[in-house]
Formats: sequence, structure tokens, C-alpha cells
Amino acid sequence: MLRYIIRRSIGVVAILIVISIITFAIFFAYPSNPALNACGKGCNPDRLAAIEKKLGIDKPVFFAWPPSDSQYGKFVAGLFVGRDFEGGGSTERCSAPCLGFSFATDQPVRPALMARLPVTFSIAIGAAVMWLVFGVSAGILSALKKGTVFDRTAMGIALGGVSLPSYFTALIALYLVCYRLRWLDYPTYVNFSDDPLNWAKNLLLPWITLAFLFAALYARLTRANMLETMGEDYIRTARAKGLPESRVIAKHGLRAALTPIVTIFGLDLGGLLGGAILTESVYGLPGLGTAALQAITKSDQPTILGVTLIAAFFIVMANLIVDVLYAFVDPKVSYS
Amino acid sequence: MTAPLDLDGAGSTTAASTSDTGLPAATKAVEGRSLGQIAWMRLKRDRVAIAGGIFVTLLILVALAAPILAPDNPYALHTNLLDTNLGGLPKGTAGGVSSDHLLGIEPTLGRDILSRILYGARVSLIIAIPATVVSVVVGGIAGVTAGYFGGKIDSAISRVMDVLLAFPVLIFSIALIAVADSVNRLMLLVFVIGFFGWPYIGRIIRGQTLSLREREFVDAARSLGASNGHIIFKQLLPNLFAPLLVYATLIIPTNILQEAALSYLGVGVQLPTASWGQMLSSAVPWSTADPMYMIVPGVALFLTVLAFNLLGDGLRDALDPRSSR
Repeated sequence: MLRYIIRRSIGVVAILIVISIITFAIFFAYPSNPALNACGKGCNPDRLAAIEKKLGIDKPVFFAWPPSDSQYGKFVAGLFVGRDFEGGGSTERCSAPCLGFSFATDQPVRPALMARLPVTFSIAIGAAVMWLVFGVSAGILSALKKGTVFDRTAMGIALGGVSLPSYFTALIALYLVCYRLRWLDYPTYVNFSDDPLNWAKNLLLPWITLAFLFAALYARLTRANMLETMGEDYIRTARAKGLPESRVIAKHGLRAALTPIVTIFGLDLGGLLGGAILTESVYGLPGLGTAALQAITKSDQPTILGVTLIAAFFIVMANLIVDVLYAFVDPKVSYS
Repeated sequence: MTAPLDLDGAGSTTAASTSDTGLPAATKAVEGRSLGQIAWMRLKRDRVAIAGGIFVTLLILVALAAPILAPDNPYALHTNLLDTNLGGLPKGTAGGVSSDHLLGIEPTLGRDILSRILYGARVSLIIAIPATVVSVVVGGIAGVTAGYFGGKIDSAISRVMDVLLAFPVLIFSIALIAVADSVNRLMLLVFVIGFFGWPYIGRIIRGQTLSLREREFVDAARSLGASNGHIIFKQLLPNLFAPLLVYATLIIPTNILQEAALSYLGVGVQLPTASWGQMLSSAVPWSTADPMYMIVPGVALFLTVLAFNLLGDGLRDALDPRSSR
């Protein structure tokens, strides 16, 4: 088991390296010059060169000798040992793991992104709890009551849910709940530690928006898995040996039906932790997703790279955790 | 997101492939039905799926005939129908609905919304369908290659798919499109959406190929000296057609949503070309004063995606021999 975890962790690092190289290749080698934006009106070659030096884009992107002299080399070195930035005469220290300095604000990228993490985490985790509770239970009930009014209604709603773009749901929710009915104010982010009640109240609409979409997906998936499982021979065997139906469902049905849900849940939650771009942008919440959007409009490559890497990190980590959990959930899987 | 198709028991195709390899085909005492015929019979009974199919067909026709059907030029401005005192809000009820403009007109510019919706359907499909083709072709080739040859080829392809699946797709697509702003936007959208879609197909097809290649008809073909090319194209591909078709149908709505999301975020289709996502985003500042402007493109998007999902679900049920609804 330990060997498996170590092997997979090396895989995680490898995937992150590949993603960082690809992102670097695309955003830093592309012939648009971020220094030109920063230079502004009345730009002269001397000033441009000074800004390029300050941003660190005067060096080759990948191939330099020694390798630590290239932009990518400096980035990787920064990740492990930190790096120094010279700006306007003074030197600033960016401690490891350093994701570089923003082209737009001249501030280190990592603290700026870390400050936004609680927002994204609050949105993702709250929504995840909601969609797991509603989606999975609706799916199980639908499968057990296949063909009934409940099943048809739930699956009809679920089909609508997967077909609705989340930002459209969000816009309609804002219009109805905040503008027409005035049940809630327009959401703003409140720290959980400051005021838990207001935190939840403000995040209620984003949670419902996201949870509606995912609950719909999960309900459909759970129902399909459950129906398939309940048709298996071992379920018939369990019934034949006289187990009460509740026990057949709970002990034999649910376990097999829900295992695949765990995988998908890991991927979805990992994906959302890297920024729920659409939801954050419609509700105007200052999370990682909106940071990425703003960075893109300002061609702030280090921030884009930072968000991409953090998001990828969550996805691969979620994947790894799910695979390890599998060994406990699924009796058919063992890694030793 | 959907349970993988399992075509075990698709006996008729197996029989057909056996005769392909030159074995004497037994004279059929009972008229067998091909998988396609069975699927069509099942699909015909699924009224919801047929409704989805009809909507999809109509949508394609509407998209093709947009210049004929559109009541107005989608770029024509009608500023005379706007109320300058209200900051360019359309005069009249429900966002300027009138006999000339059945779904109203846009605030500030006064373009006909119905015409823009019809042209928007075109844009949606022009991007979503080719992107799906890209995903299906790349994913199909990669999946079959990985599954059939196995070993190092399999692990190389699987690693590439792992990396791509770990990409934060939306962030990355936005950044990529924003950086490559000189490239033809439609082509770029097709490429980006199609490129990130292929690993999903690739994984499914790889799994299917892995189980198919152990089946007797493949062994039979191989023992008769069939080449890899023959086995892949003549033996495996006909059996992979059903999952490819189903997942293609189910990926089209995802791609439509992806294009709309990118356009909504301002990196998709550029103005003045009409796209539903971008209409939604320009409706945001007007959402309280003129909700009609926001509701129309949203509903168009919803109905289109719903129709494709209904058709895709129906196809999956029809083509999966084990399903019984």
C-alpha cells in the first residue's frame, strides 16, 4: 500500500511538471510581450528593456546555460528554494514554494492566490455536501422505485438540471431571489470565522446553483449504477438466502453501486477546488476562478500559471486520494 | 459521467464478422435482426428520444436555413425603437416584442433577437459538431490503439490522457484563446473544445477494445492470419460503432455548453457574430430592466442541450442490449 502511494505520488509530480511545461511553453513563449502593456504610452527601448528585465522575460524560456538561467529554470528553482526579485532598486524575497511575481500587481502570486482559496473552498465544499445528499439519495430512491411518479419526476428534473447552463441558473436565481422576491441580498463573501451564519446565507445561491447541476448528474448516475447492481446474480442470491430487502439493498446493493460515484466525486470536487469560474464570475465572488479571469484580461501570465497549477494539483490529488480510498471501499481492489 | 456501454451479447455483429473472415456462413433458418435494426425498433418506441431527435433535426434545418428564416438582418440596428430616456431600453412590453420582432429587440442597439437566436444556432452547431468530430476521431484512434496493442503503447497513450484529464480545462481554454488572439476564432474554438474532449472518448473506447480483443471472433480472425489492420477495421470497429455514436451524441451538448460558456466569459465567438452565450453575457447588465433579453438565449440553449441529451439517452438505451427500461 505504501509503495503504491509513493509510486502514485511520483506520478502526481510528473503530471504537474508536464502541465507546468506546457503552460509555460504556451504562455511565455508566445510572441506577445507583456512588457509592452506595462510600458504604456511613451515607451522607449531602454524602458522596455528595463521592464523585461524586471519581469524576467529577457531570458530564454527553456534553453539556457546553466539551465537555472532560463525562465522555466528560475520558476522551478523558485518552487523549491524560493527566489529574489529586483524591482525598482529594492530586492524582494519570494519564499519557496514561489510561484513568481504577478505582472499586473508586482506582488508574489502565491499569497494573492492563497487569500482567495477560502472563497473557492467554501463554494466547492458547501455545494459538494448538497449535491451528494440530494443527488445520491434521489438516485437511489429513483432506482428502488423505478417507473413510479417519484422516479419520473426526479429523473425529469435531473435531465433539466444537466441541460441548464449553470450561469443561466445563476442569473435566473439572482433575478428571482435577490431582485424580484428580495429574499436574499446579492451575495458577497463573508469569512466563515467572522460570521458563520452570514457566510452560509451569502453562499446559499452559489451552492444551490452548483449543487443543482451536479446533483442532477449524480442522480442519473446513481440510478443507473443502482439498477445495474440490483440486477446482478449475487443480489438474487442474497435475497434467496432470506436476507431482508433492506439489508440486501444496504449491504450488497449500495456498496457496489456507489463505488464508481466516489471516483467521479473526487474528480469533480478536485476540479471545483481549482476555481468555479462560471459560478464565481456570475455571483462576483473573489475566488480562484475570478482571479484567473482577471489575470487573463491583464495578460498576467504568472497568475494564470499559478491558478492552472493549483487547479491541476487539486485534480490529481483528488484522483490519488480516491484511488487509495478505493482499496478500503471496494473489496475487489487491492494494491499490495 | 455515464455508465459505459457494454455490448456483450451483441451476437448478430459477431456472426456477421465471422463470415467476413471467410468462414462458411451457416444458412440462416431464422431471419436474424441486425443490431442496427433492433436499436431502431427500440428507439422508435422511445417517444421522448424521438421528440429530442425531431428537435435536433429541426435545429439543424433552422441553422442551415437561418438566412431564409430570419425575419430580419441580425446586424441591423433599430435605434428608433429604443427609449433613449431609459438608457436605450426597448420601447413597448417584454423587451420590445412586436409583430416585426417576435422575441423583442436588444437594448442599446435594437437588433432583432429572434434573428440573432437563429444565427446563433448556426454558430453553436458549427463549433460543437466539428469539435465532436475531432474528439471522436482522436479519441477513437487513441483508444483503439491503446487497447489493441497494449503494453508500452497503452501506457504512453494512457499517461497522455491522464495529463489531459488533470488539466483545468476551462481556465486553460480561456487563457489559450486569450493568448492566441490572432488565430481564426472559430477554428480555435473547435480545436480547443475538441482537443480537451478526446480523452473521455479515448478511455471508453480503450476499455471496450480491451474486452473485445479477447473475444473469440478476434482470436478466430487472428488464427486465420488476419493482419492487425483487418482486425482493427473489420472486426473491432463495427463493434465500437455503437459506443462511438452514443458518446458523440452525448458530447455534442457538452460542447455546445462549452462554447456558450467561453462566449459568455468573453473569449468565445466575437461580436458582431451572434452566439447564445455571448447574448447571455451582454444581457447581464440588463437582467433587471429587461429580463426577456436574458431569458430568450438561455432558453434556446437549454432546449437545444436538452434535446441532444434526450436523443443521446435514447440511443444509449436502444443500443445497449442489456438495458430494459
